[in-house]
Amino acid sequence: MSQQNSVLYDVPGPRQRRITLISSVVAAVLVLVGVYYLIYRPLDEKGQFTSELWGPLVDPGNENFSLVWDRIGIGLKNTLIAAVLAIISSLVVGTLIAVLRIQLKSLTRRRFTGLATPVSYLLRGLSVLLSAVTRFCVEVFRGLPVVITIFFVARGFPEFGITFDTLWYLVIGLTIYNSVVIAEILRSGMEGLPGGQAEAAAAIGLSPFQTTRMILLPQAFRIMLPALISQLVVVLKDTSLGFIISYEETLNIGKQIIGALDNPIQVYAVIAVLFIAVNYSLSKLAQYVQRRLSRGRRTAGTPAQNPPPAALMSQAESSGQGV
Amino acid sequence: MSVLIDKFDVFAGGFWLTLQICVLAAIGALILGAVVAVLRISPVPPLRAVGTAYVTVFRNMPLTVVMFFAAFGLPALGSNADFLRIPGLDAIFTRLGTDLPYFRFALIALVLYTAAFVCEALRSGVNAVPAGQAEAARSLGLTFGQNLRYVVLPQSWKASVVPLGSVIIAMIKNSALIGFFGVVGDLSATADQLTSAEGYAFVPVAIGISIGYLIMTVPLGALLDRIEKRQAVAR
Repeated sequence: MSQQNSVLYDVPGPRQRRITLISSVVAAVLVLVGVYYLIYRPLDEKGQFTSELWGPLVDPGNENFSLVWDRIGIGLKNTLIAAVLAIISSLVVGTLIAVLRIQLKSLTRRRFTGLATPVSYLLRGLSVLLSAVTRFCVEVFRGLPVVITIFFVARGFPEFGITFDTLWYLVIGLTIYNSVVIAEILRSGMEGLPGGQAEAAAAIGLSPFQTTRMILLPQAFRIMLPALISQLVVVLKDTSLGFIISYEETLNIGKQIIGALDNPIQVYAVIAVLFIAVNYSLSKLAQYVQRRLSRGRRTAGTPAQNPPPAALMSQAESSGQGV
Repeated sequence: MSVLIDKFDVFAGGFWLTLQICVLAAIGALILGAVVAVLRISPVPPLRAVGTAYVTVFRNMPLTVVMFFAAFGLPALGSNADFLRIPGLDAIFTRLGTDLPYFRFALIALVLYTAAFVCEALRSGVNAVPAGQAEAARSLGLTFGQNLRYVVLPQSWKASVVPLGSVIIAMIKNSALIGFFGVVGDLSATADQLTSAEGYAFVPVAIGISIGYLIMTVPLGALLDRIEKRQAVAR
């Protein structure tokens, strides 16, 4: 915030400070009045603050309290299970896809000399084709909404006679979408590295695969860690989509509770608070990691890397629900 | 594959409805996001707090929860979101004026959720302007308004156009959720309808729906890549 102000405003003098103070008081009063008339009053008039609606959620003495929170606990557990599974598998698959695409790209540049001419042409055509196919798949799954991916998985797999728990449909759907996004993040991290890194690796005789595995990938992980963590927040948020295939995660449990107690606003408010608490601390973690990393890089004295493309970074941040 | 031809009008209708809600939500989110961004960079602390609270809440909440709030919370308050039945506009976007409120609820949820990300994109653009620019403008004696109008905003616009585009792409994808919240006839609801109720084969329907979304997202993404490459060269 202070950085923000230093761009747009001078350091305030005594008169400006007075004006700021007065307008602060006025604004605070206006905000409070607005909250009272636009939010509190309508809610109160509809009787949304009565203890029979809030009681089961906040009053330990209520007969339903332990029952309700037991259910919410189950929902949270299911949400976390799905999130952790999806995060691990999309990290693994995403890394594999990123490495695969980098390898295929270096393969398309190879001339395959020393082989018979038809064979070398065949190999070159094959590597170009494979590279195009992976590119196509990545673009398609990056462009599809994650809701649709989950829905397709849950509808499509039984069609071919493959049935799982709903948990696995959710995990597979989330993995398909997020591994592709993570692969793009890692790939752009690797391509943003200074060219000297790969050249030096080639000069000391590492094979292209060794170069990727030992030189490029670790550095890409390091640079892209903040973007990766924001993507993990997105995965956690997206597990709430499990409700469309009736997986018993937090929101679905919330719906069941509402069915029994008929207090939608209260239940959703509690669930929203839970989600905000977890995601907010994860984003704080991402900021902390980013600070630590930038400090570490400065002391290590390595050359400044190209900044990751803004589109990818902001997509990772904003793609809430996949996006 | 014949479902793609037989039911072409259903797919086209779904595409059209998804496009409608995306256009409306993009306009709403850009306006609301700009307002929140102004709040967040204003010199008055309480207004800044309101802006920050808004962004924190909506960025960390799944869109699903926002949708549930809109779809079940607003009726509990006795509101049908009738204020969105704007005369004139509902003649073009016919769904705004119908008695079924779900289109309006979904629109409200999408706008509220996306505005937080729009605000962050705009703010990061303002942050990207070097401090020396605004300082130089002030030392030339430009007023606050002139400073914004001639120096800061033109530069920050350049820095925020790509993140804004990503936010809009994300919003288009998020709009797939509305089909599961009672909005009849958008692309995702079409998928559900054709496969489960009318019993069409799954794969052709999936291909049709995918094409519908990819038409909207892929060209926009390619355009953003181009803009970004051009900017990188210009810099």
